[in-house]
Amino acid sequence: MNYKLSRYILGQIALIEAAFLLIPLFIGAGYKEDTLLAFALTIAILLALGIAFTLKKPEVLALSAKGGFSLVALSWIMISLFGSLPFFISGYIPNFIDSFFETVSGFTTTGASIIGNVEAMPKSLLFWRSLTHWLGGMGVFVFIIAIMPKAEANIVQLFRAESPGPQVGKLVSKLKFTARILYGIYIALTLLEVLLLLVGKMSLFDSLIHAFGTAGTGGFSSKNASIGFYNSAYIEIVISIFMIIFSINFNIYFLLLIGNIKQVLKSEELRVFLSIIAVSIIIISASLTLNAVYANFGLAARHSLFQVASIISTTGYATADFARWPLIAQMVLLLLMFIGACAGSTGGGLKISRVIILVKSGLREIKKTLSPRRVSAIKFEGKPLDTAIHHSVLRYFGIYMIIFFMSVLLVSIKMEGTASAFVTSFTAVASCLNNIGPGLAKVGPMGNYAALSYFAKIILSLDMLIGRLEILPMLLLFYPKLWINK
Amino acid sequence: MNIVIIGIGKVGLTLTEQLSKEDHNIVIVDKSKSVIEKAVNDYDVMGVVGNGASSDIQKEAKIDTADLLIACTSSDELNILSCMVAKKLGVTDTIARVRNPEYFKLFMSRELGLNLMVNPEYEGAMEIFRVLRSPGAIMIESFAEGKVDLVELKLTQGNPAVNLSVSQFVEKFNINLLICALQRGEDVIIPKGSTILREDDQIYITASSQDICNILRKAGFRKNPLKNVMIIGGGRISFYLTKELEKISAKVKIVEKDEAKCLDLITQLDKVEVIAGDGSDQQILIEEGLKSADAIVILTGSDEENIMISIFAKNAGAQTIITKVNKLSYYSMLRASGVDSIISPRLITANQIIRYVRAKQNSKGSAVLNLYKIVNDKAEALEFIVTEKFEGISKPLKELKLKENLLIANILRGSEFITPHGGQTIEKGDKVIVVTTQGYLKDLNDILK
Repeated sequence: MNYKLSRYILGQIALIEAAFLLIPLFIGAGYKEDTLLAFALTIAILLALGIAFTLKKPEVLALSAKGGFSLVALSWIMISLFGSLPFFISGYIPNFIDSFFETVSGFTTTGASIIGNVEAMPKSLLFWRSLTHWLGGMGVFVFIIAIMPKAEANIVQLFRAESPGPQVGKLVSKLKFTARILYGIYIALTLLEVLLLLVGKMSLFDSLIHAFGTAGTGGFSSKNASIGFYNSAYIEIVISIFMIIFSINFNIYFLLLIGNIKQVLKSEELRVFLSIIAVSIIIISASLTLNAVYANFGLAARHSLFQVASIISTTGYATADFARWPLIAQMVLLLLMFIGACAGSTGGGLKISRVIILVKSGLREIKKTLSPRRVSAIKFEGKPLDTAIHHSVLRYFGIYMIIFFMSVLLVSIKMEGTASAFVTSFTAVASCLNNIGPGLAKVGPMGNYAALSYFAKIILSLDMLIGRLEILPMLLLFYPKLWINK
Repeated sequence: MNIVIIGIGKVGLTLTEQLSKEDHNIVIVDKSKSVIEKAVNDYDVMGVVGNGASSDIQKEAKIDTADLLIACTSSDELNILSCMVAKKLGVTDTIARVRNPEYFKLFMSRELGLNLMVNPEYEGAMEIFRVLRSPGAIMIESFAEGKVDLVELKLTQGNPAVNLSVSQFVEKFNINLLICALQRGEDVIIPKGSTILREDDQIYITASSQDICNILRKAGFRKNPLKNVMIIGGGRISFYLTKELEKISAKVKIVEKDEAKCLDLITQLDKVEVIAGDGSDQQILIEEGLKSADAIVILTGSDEENIMISIFAKNAGAQTIITKVNKLSYYSMLRASGVDSIISPRLITANQIIRYVRAKQNSKGSAVLNLYKIVNDKAEALEFIVTEKFEGISKPLKELKLKENLLIANILRGSEFITPHGGQTIEKGDKVIVVTTQGYLKDLNDILK
């Protein structure tokens, strides 16, 4: 590992986090809240660290793949540690592990919370919590690359480690411009949502909070009842549409911008994604209507649209307590948790493109067994799939499942042996690893994570980071050989 | 500029590295997936896998927004075809690497719409010829349309410059030259007036090209005039080089083991003496007069064989040895073993294309006219044109706060060649040559602190 370069980049990240912390500081000052000291202290610590780390520029700017991956993982842990200080110092979340869990949940755009009464929190802390969603959604390194004047080091590894999906491509030949285009689209869409929410009579502060939560596909709200608080069809539809928009591959928007609509219509991932949403809405609204959960079909369709969009985009906003829905509806939502959003979006989960490849490779296996001499290739997006990518998807799924069941095992320590506890631990891990937020049973949309043990919270925090950075960067950190300089 | 490079071999990779550092937007195209993957990981470029001559692949490489296409695959035909396709798709500038002399004709280039054809073998031969013509020099690059030469020399034992300081050296021989960089072991030094020259230093001087022969003679670098040249290996470079050498009536002897190639050579060239024999056979080389030749040029197809022959020739006491080596990683090893002049046709080709790109860029406003990597890429010599934007205009040099490890080597005002001193000023329209170890300078203002 190139320690000097890693230190320098970590320093830059500390400075950027300090800069972003200024916003809640001013908000706190504006509302005359007692969080000023907490924010000021955190900024001071970050500044000191950032300046100390960036004083000396490194001479060697080479960064290997493993160096880049582990650096991204380290930085995410670092920003979460420092980002949790305002909660901890201000005393609103008195336990540090709880503060850390909340911040990791913010940056990884999970939206799992340990706060029971959100409405009692100071506005500055709520704003910071949602701002972490927005930053974590597109990525901190993508931001650094976008504002960097010149590509100094070999930073494509950092970009790759932070962007979700099996294949990470650039939009234009320079990484810097790719990052700028991505953030440009991201900012424009976020502002559009804020405007539309303002039209729906939401206050500016709440519009920002909910737009940040949607953009990062996070799910932190400023209301205890989440979006259900507003009970407004307009707001629900705006947020549903934006949740879907932010869980589509951003390359699609770039193609739209340059007027290449033909390519957009051809996108297999997009078509599959929209079909899954449509089918899920039909199943859930049918089951809700048949079981007479809601007064009429319209209401059932409205709630199922919102909940499907919220879960598949891995946002985790709620308008209804879906933990009380019929089992089939709950199971569809649980399945959507694992499927997740499109690659190259701000959402989590396995990603649509991986699911497509997994299903197709399963089908090919069946065909091969039926007629062993038959030549067949997996086609994805109209092209034969590269074997290297095919294998990496299979490996990814394997590691993903191992981590999932290991985590369920670890989280279950100290839990009582009831069926409801099983559902809690199972869905808590599913929800955190896929960066969604609410699970079922105790951690359902109307519950929270406060009651879990501290050990479980640490495991779930790691799961969130593993899910957001797509496993490998985090796992590398635990591999001893990484730290040995050759 | 937006540049598409087709064919990521050694030339393509060198171009990718250098041009992406110079902030161009590069898309690379190659048939091999692994090659593209590696290049995309190493450099900030976009990659496309596929046949570069196909219009679909070119469109995928965003040829519609490209300003320049460079085709440098190993096949001439593919390169020419790629350029023609790109022209039809609207690219204004195309460069093709073309090796076969039958294609390498002006007519072809004009009619096919190629803006530049580069021939690595021909360029390599010309470079060797330049070095042979300036005895004692290891390498020569020219600036300011050939008015200024940058020459690399080695201070051998008994050279009168050894143990003099730089200013004493210039005073003693009363010559108009400037030592702009020197390499001592692995270190690169941008010398001051008080720096003492040592034996075995490799020095880089700039001087007016008209005087360079005189200067070399005065300063004791001149060796015997060039009469007998022995070339080992009878490929295309040998052919082009022999043609040039025949023009200055030097006697050329080519050793080549393939008899068909030997026959080709004697039918195409008039006065050349061709020996059918294995160049790696030491007995043959000695019998054919290795020791009495003024220069040995080693150009067989294998880097390793070339290196072995050059070491043998050095030990046998040959005077001037020029060796063709394509693998850049062998360079420093060879230098250490005392082989002086190393020529890499691939590097020369890449440099030629980069110069073309820079010249094109100039018309768009950048001020760098020329850039040469010297001292194994550890230092750069750059030629700038002075515009009114330069902050140090009309100020004496001693009042300018220059960066460390940087030196203004020469100023050209019209055709006047100025070796600068402290009271010298830089005026608008001057061409300034700067030598630095500081990495890439984009603008003349970058030389100031």
